Amino acid sequence: MRETLFQGYQGVVLGVVGLLLFVAPPFLSSFLLTLLTQSLIYAILAMSLDIILGYTGLASLGHAAYLGLGAYSVGILSTKYGAGFWVALAAGVLLAVVVAAIFGLVALRATGVYFLMITLALGMVVWGLGHRWVSMTQGDNGISAIPRPKLPLPWSFAESIPFYYLALAGFLLAFFILRVIVRSPFGQTLVGIRESESRMRTLGYHVWLHKYIGFLIAGGIGGFAGVLWAYYNGFVSPADLQLATSVEILLMVALGGRGTLFGPALGASIIVLLKNLVSVYTHRWLLILGAVYIGTIVYAPEGIVGALRQWTQRASPAPLRAET
Amino acid sequence: MEFWVTQAFNGISYGALLFLLAGGLSLIFGMMRIVNMTHGSYYLLGGYVGLTVIWQNGPFVLAILVGALVIALIGVGEWNAFLKRLGGQELGQVLTTMGFALIFQDLGLVIWGGDPYTIPTPQVLSGAFELGQMFFPVYRVFIVLVALAVAVVLWLVLERTRVGAMMRATVDDAEMARGVGINVTLISMCVFSLGAFLAAVAGVVAGGFVGVYPGADFEILPYAFVVVIVGGMGSLKGAVIGSLMVGLLDNFGKALFPELSYFTLFAPMAAILAVRPTGLFGRA
Repeated sequence: MRETLFQGYQGVVLGVVGLLLFVAPPFLSSFLLTLLTQSLIYAILAMSLDIILGYTGLASLGHAAYLGLGAYSVGILSTKYGAGFWVALAAGVLLAVVVAAIFGLVALRATGVYFLMITLALGMVVWGLGHRWVSMTQGDNGISAIPRPKLPLPWSFAESIPFYYLALAGFLLAFFILRVIVRSPFGQTLVGIRESESRMRTLGYHVWLHKYIGFLIAGGIGGFAGVLWAYYNGFVSPADLQLATSVEILLMVALGGRGTLFGPALGASIIVLLKNLVSVYTHRWLLILGAVYIGTIVYAPEGIVGALRQWTQRASPAPLRAET
Repeated sequence: MEFWVTQAFNGISYGALLFLLAGGLSLIFGMMRIVNMTHGSYYLLGGYVGLTVIWQNGPFVLAILVGALVIALIGVGEWNAFLKRLGGQELGQVLTTMGFALIFQDLGLVIWGGDPYTIPTPQVLSGAFELGQMFFPVYRVFIVLVALAVAVVLWLVLERTRVGAMMRATVDDAEMARGVGINVTLISMCVFSLGAFLAAVAGVVAGGFVGVYPGADFEILPYAFVVVIVGGMGSLKGAVIGSLMVGLLDNFGKALFPELSYFTLFAPMAAILAVRPTGLFGRA
C-alpha cells in the first residue's frame, strides 16, 4: 500500500510538472527560458547516469565523456560536413554507444572504487582527445558557430521558444524510454544486481550482460543529451567533458535521489538554476556549490525524492503487519 | 640521442613530483578506500602557503615545512569531521571531497587572487649541470633526490617499524587488524594527514618549477589518480613505478605525438586496467 500511495502522488506530480513545462514558455523571461532549456538537456544526461548509478549501483566518474561524444559529433559533422539534424543525431548517439561498448568491456571488470577509477581514466581519454587533437576538435578553442537544426517545420529552431520545445520533446522521449526500461523485467534485474550481485548470479541471471546493456543504454542516452547540448549552445569545448562535469552529473543524481529517474531530472535542474542564478549575484558561487555537495551527503544522502518518500511514509498511517 | 636522454630526464623528474603527490594518495586509497578529490587542492594550497612563507622572507625549507604542516592539519580536520563516517560509501566520498575541493579552490582565489606565481628557489638550486650538449637543471635533480629520500623513508617506516607493520596490516585486512587490537581509526587518520602532508610538499616543490596558479588542483588530480590505479592502491612499489611510467609517458607523448598526448597517457592506463583491474601491484 505504501508504495502505491506514493506512486499515486508521483503520477499526479509528474502530470502537473509536465503540464507546467508545456505551458511555461510565454510566461518566462528569455533568461529563465534558456536556463530551463539547459535544465532539460542536463536532466536527460542525469537520468542516463541514473540507469547505472541509481538502478545498477555503479558510480561512474566519466559520464561527461558521452555528453562530449554526442556534442563533438554534432560540432564536427555540422560545421565541417554540413550534416543535417538527423544525420548528426544518429551519428552522435551511435558514437556514444560504440564508445560505451568499448569502455564497458574494460570498466565492468571492476566494481566500487576500482570502477570509479577506471571510468575516470576512460573519461580522461575522451577529454584528452578533445583537448589535444586540434586538427579534429580545435583543442581548447572548441568548435563554435554550430548552426541550430533545420527541420521541415513551420517554425525555426534558431528562436528560443521552438528550441525549448525541441529540448522538451527530447526530454520526454528520454524519460519515457528510460521509464519503460526501469519498469521492465530487465530494469528489475538491474535493481536486483544492485541489491545483491551474488544472489542474482545464483538465481541464474547473466549479471555481466545486464550491466553491460545498462552501460550501453546510459552511454547512448548520454550521447543524445550531448547532441542537444551542442545544438543548444552552438559551441562545444573540452570544458564540457572535463572531470568536474562528470562529478557534477553525479551530484545531480545524488541530490535528486538515486534510482528514481524523476529525482535526477529534478537534481539537474536545481544545479543548473543554482549555478546560473547564484553567479548573477555573487562571484563566490563555487563556495555555495561546494556547500551543496557536502550538504547533500550530510543531510539528504538519499536525495530529495528519497527524503520526500521517507516523509510521506512516516506521515501515512502505520501499515498493517499482514502487508509485509 | 640527446633528445631521448633529455626527455627521459624530464619525464623522470616529473614522475618524481608525481610520486610525492601520489605516494600518500595511494596509501589513503589502500587503507581507507577513500576516493579523495581534495588531494589536488592540498597540492595547490600547500604551494600557496609556501609562497606566503617566502613572501614573509622565510627560507625555502621553512616554506616546505610550514606548507606541509598546515595542509596536514586541514586534512586531519576534514577527515575527522566528514570522511571518517563515510567508509565504504564511494559516492558520498566523491561528492563530499569534491565539495571541499570547490570550496578550497574558491578560498584560494579569494586569498591569493587569480594570478599565477612562481616560488623563488634558493640560489643553490638554480643553474644546470652541463654534460656535453645536454643541460640538467639543478632544481629538477633536487626534486628527484627529494622524491628518492621520501620513498626510502616511507619504505623504511612501512617495512621496518611497528607502526609500518600496523599500516600494512590495515591495508591487507582492516577488519582483522582491528580484531588483533590495532587502532585502525588512529592509523587511518595518521595516514590521511601524511598523504595531505606529502601533497603539500609536492605543491611547494612544484611551485618552483611549474608555478602555483588557480586550476593547478584539477589539472594534477587525474595524474595522481592514474598513478595510483596503475600502480595499485596501497602499494608503495606500485606508486614508484606508476609515477615513473606516467611521468615518462606524459613527456614522450607530448614530445612525439602532441595531438594525441593525453590519449597516449590514459589509453595505456586503461589497457593495463583491462588486464589487471587492481593495478600492477594492487590486491583486490
